[in-house]
This record gives sequence, structure tokens and C-alpha cells, in this order.
Amino acid sequence: MSTTRIQPPGVAAPARPADPAPRNRRRVRPARIGLHAFLVVTAVVWLIPLLWAVYTSLRSYSDTAAHGYLSLAHGLGLDNYQQAWTQSGMIKYFINSTLVTVPAVLLTLLFASAVAFYVSRFNFRFNVVLLMVFTGANLLPAQVIITPLYHLYLLLPLPDVMSDSDLMYNSYWGLIAIHVAYQTGFCTFVLSNYMRTIPHELTEAALVDGAPVWRQFWQIILPLCRPAFAALATLESIWIYNDFFWAIVLISTGDKRPITSAMANLRGAFFTNPNLIAAGALMTAIPTLVIYFVLQRQFVSGLTLGTNKG
Amino acid sequence: MTAIPSTHRSRRRRHVRRFGTTDKLVLALMVGLPSLVVAVFVLLPALGSVLLSFTDWDGIGVNTIKFIGIQNYVEIFTNYPAFWPAVEHNLIWLGFFVLIPTPFGILLAYLLDKKIRFSRVYQTAIFLPMVISLAVVGFIWEIIYDPDNGLLNDLFGTNKQGHYIDWLGNPHLNLWAALVAASWRHVGYIMILYLAGLKGFDSTLREAAQIDGANEWQAFTRVTFPALKPINIIVLVITTIESLRAFDIVYVLGGNNGTKPGMELLSLLITNNILGESSHIGYGSALAVVLLVVSLAGIITFLVQNFRKEARP
Repeated sequence: MSTTRIQPPGVAAPARPADPAPRNRRRVRPARIGLHAFLVVTAVVWLIPLLWAVYTSLRSYSDTAAHGYLSLAHGLGLDNYQQAWTQSGMIKYFINSTLVTVPAVLLTLLFASAVAFYVSRFNFRFNVVLLMVFTGANLLPAQVIITPLYHLYLLLPLPDVMSDSDLMYNSYWGLIAIHVAYQTGFCTFVLSNYMRTIPHELTEAALVDGAPVWRQFWQIILPLCRPAFAALATLESIWIYNDFFWAIVLISTGDKRPITSAMANLRGAFFTNPNLIAAGALMTAIPTLVIYFVLQRQFVSGLTLGTNKG
Repeated sequence: MTAIPSTHRSRRRRHVRRFGTTDKLVLALMVGLPSLVVAVFVLLPALGSVLLSFTDWDGIGVNTIKFIGIQNYVEIFTNYPAFWPAVEHNLIWLGFFVLIPTPFGILLAYLLDKKIRFSRVYQTAIFLPMVISLAVVGFIWEIIYDPDNGLLNDLFGTNKQGHYIDWLGNPHLNLWAALVAASWRHVGYIMILYLAGLKGFDSTLREAAQIDGANEWQAFTRVTFPALKPINIIVLVITTIESLRAFDIVYVLGGNNGTKPGMELLSLLITNNILGESSHIGYGSALAVVLLVVSLAGIITFLVQNFRKEARP
């Protein structure tokens, strides 16, 4: 346990002698093949719904109407995507999503790292309480807080430059605020676990040199947390971009909704057949897929959930 | 090892006292601002729900709020036909999640942790449904469950008269159809969480057990699994909470108001009572408090288990 603590962050657990000794190898191989077979089958089963949606989206409606959906395609093309894109004015909703997701993720990480820094670095008495409150708040079901929040948003004014509704209600700021408030707990939990693995000597040396607290935070701790940030940025982008509930309750104007919650309305209005629905749905998934694939390498290694923290 | 933290602590204490005014201000801001945001937008509204649950209110104008004591609760428990089915469905959801997708996700994580080839490819395939939004997942499953053109009925030939299966309309089937779709995501989520936990596990423990003659199953159940207690608690709590707040997928598959017979869930009842045409705020809030109390059981278990050892001086 002490070894995992001293280890610099970002480095995976000590290399394990994963394979048994060479002379055992021959005996183990059939098991490995079985393992791979099992995993291949699982992975394929997991991909089928997605692949089915992709297949459907690439076929023209006339083709599927004539031959049924379970048939060989007579020609594949991106026509549905083009149609879904132009007919529904999706670009507007993608912009809405970006305007909400990017600030919300950045603010969440900033807030969470500030609290985690405090909780993990300074042994003030109430740090456990603080961490408990933050984590607990993240676990509350959204429906539990929605009514008072909705009425709070109707009361909180915003300057006209920030929102044309002049209220937190029906504004991007309102959505960003609730995402930040809701998600900070989880990120604080992960980041404080992560920061605990950073040796205290690092900041103490800086303290002796007279570096102010914000420099310890900004220049020493934050750069070391990069893997955790990558993992959390991935998860949080996915969660916030994919939010459905807050947006349908707190945004009343259809045009202001982010793409995920707008999809439901678009379906009735523009996406009239399953082929178009599939194309539209898959397009809305592209941004999170890109984020996942870009940050994937650090995804698992950066998540620290509190095992063996001594 | 045990001596080191205590010296650490006393040294840190001294430093704390040496903080200048700016440092104190910075620290206060670093903690104060996030705390304020969480308090205003999450904790106060939760408290507000509790208060509103004892009132009768149509949501228009503050002076129409009427205090009616526990009447909402009495109504809910005795006279609300959708309530007990919703509770039952949430419990089925929880039971199903605990028994099938969660253990399967753990199994996959355990297998993928073995430094096998293509591990990341498998991980990606199984985690992919989690990356896509639950709402979009709903649309994808719609084209699978669709009674006339869906993949399932096409495959089984059950879209013809006589033997017609309406996966999402039949109240004996639709909850399970939603559960399959939700599990499709949940497995990947649990797998990733567990993989993150396993990387902190000292695998020499397991190897030692295997050298001592334990087979793979014994090594897992008696060594690895107990050693991962913190992560097991996290996984269990997340499974519980996700089951209690299950919403999006049923909302989408249920055709937008989401209370198809057979698919009632607490989260949907709350949403309908608060946002529906005749909004019963007090009533909806009382439902929310029921959900809150049940969730708190899970949340508190988690907090106590997770932070108990840290609270020790």
C-alpha cells in the first residue's frame, strides 16, 4: 500500500507479472482463446444495436419500404444524414450544446479541483464533512430538487446581455449553473482521491520557499492532475452534453435547447421515418464519441476512486 | 508507515497558522464559491422540496401555498393508483441491475484487467453505449423494438397478425424492454469504474493465493473482491442511485410522457405531477421526498463506508 502512495501520479500500478512462467504458457493458451472468444462475442453483441442503427441510417427510405428493414441494402449512402442535417437545422442545437457543455465542464473541473486541493492538502477539521456534502449532493436524484429549483430560476434575474429571458430560467447560464452545482461533487471526490497520491513534500517545499497558496495549486498540483482531468473531462462532457432532464425543464424555448433534448421534438417535426431518426440520432452522438476517442488513453488511468489509499 | 502521517499532520498545522492574509482569502474563495453554488442550487432546493411536500400549491403565486400537513403523503400511499406500481418497477429495476448488468460489468472488468491483447478495443465496444446519450439510446432501441419495422419483430417474424409482439406497448413486456436497453449502457459504466478500481489492486495478493492452490474463482471471491471493498461500495451505490433515478430511457421509449402502463417509475410520476397540465406541486414534492428518503439510505451508506476511516483522528 505504501508503494502505491509514493508512486507519482499518472503512472499505472507496478507492472504485474501478467503471464505465467513461460513453461506454463502452453497449458494456459486454450483458456486465453476461450477468453478472447467470450470477449469478442460480448463486444459484437454490444455493437449490434449501434451497427443496426448505422445500417438503417445508410439506406434510403424507399429501399427499406420496398424490401423491409431486415434485408440486403440496395445501395448505401449518406442521403439521410444530409437530409437530417439540413431539414432540422441541427447546427443551431449543436451550438447550444457547445455553449452549455464547454463552460460547464471547465467550471466544474475548476471548482472541483479547488475544493479537492483544500480537502486533500490541508487537514482542517471539517474537510471530511465538506467532502461528504459535495459527494452527497451529486447523488441526489434530479427530480428531488427540480420544483424549488424551477421556481428559484423564475425569481433570479439576469442582466439582459446574459440572457434574453432576463431570468435564470430559459437561459444557458441557468443550465450551466445547475450542471456545475450537480457535477462538482463527483469530480471533487475523484480529484481529492487523486491529489492524495501526490506527495506532500512537493507542496511543502514550495511553502518553505514562500510560494503563495494559489501558486501551489495552480503551478504544482494542477499540472500533476492531468490524467485525472482527462478522465473527468471525458465523463463530464458525456454527461453534460447528454443531459436530457435539466434542459427540458429549465429551457422553455425549443430553439434554445441543446441537441440531446431537442431530438425529441425534432423527431416529430422533421424525422419522419426510422432511417432519418437513426441518422439524426447518430449525428448527435458524434461529439461525445470524438471526445472519448481523443482522451481515451487516459480514461481509465486517470480515474481514481479511492482504493488502497492507505 | 503509521508514524509518518502524524508528523506530516503536525508540520502542516504549523504551516496553516503561517498563512498570510492573501492565502487565507484565496483558500476561503476556493472552498466558499463552490460550496455556495452547491448550497444554492442543490441543497436548498432539496430542502425546499421537503417543505413544499407539506403544502398544496398549483405553482402560481406564492400566496396560494396552503399548508396541509401530511395529507399529500396519505394520498400517495393510500389513493394514488400509479404509486405502488412505480415503486414496484423501481425495485424490479434495482433488483435486475444488481443481479445482471452490475455483476456482468464486474466480470468484464476483471477479465479485461488481465493484460490481454486488444483490451482497449473490447473496452471501447462495451463502453460505447455509455458515450452515446441515453436519449439517443432510446431512439436506437426504438428502431429495434418498433412493432412493425423493428429488428426484433423482423427477426422473429412477429410483426404479422396473430403473433404480434408490441415490445413497448405491452405492459408485461415494456419494462423489461427498457431494462435491456438500460443495461446495455450500465454494463459499460460499471466495467470502467471497476477497471479504475482494479488498477489500484495489488495483484501479487491474488497471485499468492493462486500459488497456494486457489483456483481463479476462489482467488477472486476470497482475495480480489474483498480487497476491493471501497470500489464495491461505490459500484453498489451507483447502481442503487441509477436505479432510483432511472428516467431518460423510459421517458423516450414511453413516447414522451413516459407513463405507459407497465413503465411507471417514481421519477416519471414526479415529473408529470410537477410539469403536467395541472401541476400539483405539493403532491409532486411529496413524491420527490419519498424518492429522496430512499436515495438518502443509499447515499448515507456510501458516505459512512467511504469516509469512516478518514474521520478517525
